[in-house]
Amino acid sequence: MTLQNTPIQSLTVLPGTNRIGDPENFNEISIHPGDTISIVGPTGSGKTAFINDIEVFAQGDTVTRRKILVNGSEPSEDLIRDPAKKPIAMITQSTKCLADLTVEKFLSMHLRARKLENNGILDAAIDLTNQFTGEKISGCMRMSSLSGGQTRSLFVADAVIISDAPIILLDEVENAGIFKNRVIETLREKKKAIIFVTHDPYVALLTEKRIVMKGGAVEKILTPGGEEQTALAQIAKMDADMMVLRERIRSGELLSAVTGAGI
Amino acid sequence: MNVRLIAIAGPPSAGKTAVVKQIIHNLGTAKVAYLKIDVVQAWEDEELATEFGIPTKKVYSGDMCPDHMGIMVIRDALLWAEELGAEYLLYESAGLCLRCTPYTTNSLGLCVLSAVSGTHAPLKMAPLIALADVAVVTKIDLVSQAEKEVFREGIHQSAPGIDIIETNAVQGTSMRYLMQIIKQMKPAESEKDTLRGVPPLGVCTVCIGKKETGWQEHFGVIRPLAVPDNLYRGE
Repeated sequence: MTLQNTPIQSLTVLPGTNRIGDPENFNEISIHPGDTISIVGPTGSGKTAFINDIEVFAQGDTVTRRKILVNGSEPSEDLIRDPAKKPIAMITQSTKCLADLTVEKFLSMHLRARKLENNGILDAAIDLTNQFTGEKISGCMRMSSLSGGQTRSLFVADAVIISDAPIILLDEVENAGIFKNRVIETLREKKKAIIFVTHDPYVALLTEKRIVMKGGAVEKILTPGGEEQTALAQIAKMDADMMVLRERIRSGELLSAVTGAGI
Repeated sequence: MNVRLIAIAGPPSAGKTAVVKQIIHNLGTAKVAYLKIDVVQAWEDEELATEFGIPTKKVYSGDMCPDHMGIMVIRDALLWAEELGAEYLLYESAGLCLRCTPYTTNSLGLCVLSAVSGTHAPLKMAPLIALADVAVVTKIDLVSQAEKEVFREGIHQSAPGIDIIETNAVQGTSMRYLMQIIKQMKPAESEKDTLRGVPPLGVCTVCIGKKETGWQEHFGVIRPLAVPDNLYRGE
């Protein structure tokens, strides 16, 4: 396939400084295939800057002064500069397909850019998209007519199936209405590392590791293990209940009380 | 001469000034002078003078083609920068017809393109890209992975060997590669430097103020609609 010559065994974040120049309070953060991580913290605490550092493979040259190592050493230039070799896919709320294309044309454009034969890859990407989103898409739909959730789901599927990127960064995509648990399960199965910037308690508890940001720096790294299992089950139920409510509102119901949703 | 010339070209709103700001920020303000050429309105010189305290100049080309104007004044501008003791002169063009390539032999030619300008844009701007040293692709954070890759292919079709830097210029991502190239630049030779390519013909009866339409009313550089080749080639 298209993957770079050296497989990514690990990605290491070395500490930088907070906004007033004090060193960050950790030795290193290692990320491996199959890891799931969430980045949490108030607005302006440095969450997006953290994943930006990973995306650009910062070498002490960003405001945070962090350094990113690949397999323990400084990554080679073409790994960073050629998007077809880059092992990272970043998807944000503002990432868009600007060309007015059908889903099928969009995906085949990407296949062509990667010099890949179709061999069912295109259908696989659409199938995977439809596992992430409730509103199914098909190849003949136009990219510009997809909802936010469908677009985000398609980009994640594209990153997994066509880019085959081992590391996927998602910046606040939870509002887009995708099945977060399916995304996380699938990426874990496929041995992808996934890093979420999130304000969503469900996403935060679904991931194995939680990085808490404050004042531009990493404040805490939590690895809850089994400790949050009860809370996770409760939040999963609330999330499902919210989905039911959302569907009822969408279908035009008046809600006299929310008890019907099981809360 | 101790001044290095960085010529920055690209369409309006591509992010040329954002790239200029990143370069100044990385070089340090002590070494840089800036020249902006535009048609009737430009504020970049005042903005940069206020933000960085560097010497700046602007020229309005008015009735003359702005790149033509640049060609006229660039030698003087290099001497101006040298007198000030600057090590770099950043020269930002107006970015209009995309047919001229204001890069000179000893300059670093940067063409700034926006990733949101569509996947065919690099092909339409081929002359601007072909003679540049580096293509800086801005607003890279806004487009999908597939479009990023296709845009890059378009640039390589226009200029196979060109260096491409993809950046979110407001944040300054990946600027380190541009700075590595800038650090290796040779100084300009104000009197010996020439243009890298031949600009399109700029003297015609339209240029001198004839307003009539139709080739029948003009002489010199003319063409009717029906000709075998769509592209006008100078005589």
